Amino acid sequence: MPEASAVTAGAIEPSLNATRWVGFSTIVIREYSRIVRIWGQTLVPSAVTAILYFVIFGSLIGRRVGQMGGFDYMQYIAPGLIMMSVITNSYGNSVASFFGAKFGKHVEELLVSPLPNWIIVSGYATGGLVRGMMVGGVVTVVSLIFAHLPVQHLGLIIAAALLTSLIFSLGGFINAVFAKNFDQVNWIPAFVLTPLTYFGGVFYSVAMLPPWARALSHVNPILHMVNAFRYGFLGVSDVSVAGAFAIMTALAVVLFVLALQLMNRGVGIRD
Amino acid sequence: MLALSIRGLTKTYRNGVQALRGVDLDVEQGDFFALLGPNGAGKTTLIGIITSLVNKTAGTASVFGYDLDTQLERAKSCIGVVPQELNFNQFESPLTIVINQAGFYGIPRPVARVRAEKYLKQLQLWDKRNGMARALSGGMKRRLMIARALMHEPRLLVLDEPTAGVDIEIRRSMWEFLNDINAHGTTIILTTHYLEEAENLCRNIAIIDNGNIVERDRMSNLLRGLHTETFVLNLRDPVDVAPQVAGFVLTRIDDHTLEAEVSKDQSLNGLFAQLTAQRLDVLSMRNKVNRLEEVFMRLVEHKGTHA
Repeated sequence: MPEASAVTAGAIEPSLNATRWVGFSTIVIREYSRIVRIWGQTLVPSAVTAILYFVIFGSLIGRRVGQMGGFDYMQYIAPGLIMMSVITNSYGNSVASFFGAKFGKHVEELLVSPLPNWIIVSGYATGGLVRGMMVGGVVTVVSLIFAHLPVQHLGLIIAAALLTSLIFSLGGFINAVFAKNFDQVNWIPAFVLTPLTYFGGVFYSVAMLPPWARALSHVNPILHMVNAFRYGFLGVSDVSVAGAFAIMTALAVVLFVLALQLMNRGVGIRD
Repeated sequence: MLALSIRGLTKTYRNGVQALRGVDLDVEQGDFFALLGPNGAGKTTLIGIITSLVNKTAGTASVFGYDLDTQLERAKSCIGVVPQELNFNQFESPLTIVINQAGFYGIPRPVARVRAEKYLKQLQLWDKRNGMARALSGGMKRRLMIARALMHEPRLLVLDEPTAGVDIEIRRSMWEFLNDINAHGTTIILTTHYLEEAENLCRNIAIIDNGNIVERDRMSNLLRGLHTETFVLNLRDPVDVAPQVAGFVLTRIDDHTLEAEVSKDQSLNGLFAQLTAQRLDVLSMRNKVNRLEEVFMRLVEHKGTHA
């Protein structure tokens, strides 16, 4: 083995902020590389699912439904379907990536590094956000094949998508922190996320529901996210848009703090 | 300056197991330090606390003066760790693994690429840089973890059984490499079950048993304190019983093999003279165990009998 030539012990210390920034961008680049490397698992399925929804619900059944909220059914469900893909993929990215790192023990690469926990949480959350936005973009393109999507408030569309993606990315991260096996990775998406999404106004307006069901629906945060996003495109919403953004912001903050607390306590990752 | 200073370090796991019982330990800058102990003695817990993989119960630790409680980021920047178990993403390439690790320590990508080439070449992994890490042999995977730990050029390198399961040729080349790194100024803390490795590489040593440091000394002092050594003698002709040799205790192992216990103030010439007088030819001789192993066993057994 050749000589170890130049381990210059005691080199000049870089600033902590520089270290944090490089560390954060490394996590995000690694997540992006993973998303692109396994594109068949990360980017394609949502596009296929969206096509099926548009063909079956939008085109075949939608013709009989007629208009909803003053728009063609296909137009009405398009924002919801985009948001559904953002939610699923943001969550899926964080939970799979962080649990995979725990399972394969390479999470230790980060735990021994000087990166503070808030950078690690931010890095994974951004990774989920990147996938959410990439898949959201793909599904938006698919939507445009089936429906004309007017844009009423571009800023609100972007803000709602980013906040929703961030929330579910953090949710996926928290799920991964607690998960001890692959079953526990799948429980929340199967038994919580999917029902909430389907009852979150993706395919219908809650105005159609009886009062008790409408009131109950308002407890579902996904209803607020989908409607804020839909409002950006179509200018119609079943909920207060300002209220929806307040809920999303509060949720993002609460989940970030919770994820950070779990990391600081070492739940699921440190003895 | 102290590379590592530990005071009153205690760790009690949730299941009640007390892995560390108030450990005090100093490691000087530039040292090549051995931390030895039997399985379950607390070595990996100690390293886990230093590298933030295990939460301590009580006590303090500092790395190059940076306190782990109050200056954790600075302290961790000084440490490179090669763990006992493989802990890299087996589906990534060696090049990606080392460049990412550098990034986690704040090394910008252009610098990381240069260092990756340097360390992967030094550890003979450059040809394998773009394949999947899981395709590497066991020895290559160990070397990859060393390359990864060096990417941020740490001042303190912690090696937890780095040569476990590695063949002797690669192990010896890794020793050379580690010696060179140490000669360039990196402090090294090594845990190993190969006591020959510790004896060859390390200048200072601590032996931990049952969560306590039971010995802390210079390697040379420790070996000097060895009062007796056991030698294995291979004889030309068979013997039915162990010969009587004044001043020495001989044990017959089989027809052609004897064990002789020799205290440090005894001359081997005396032993050979008496064997020659009894017409016993010794074809070869070797230490029964490595000298450090002898010390280690005595210390650990001694503590065990008094526990």
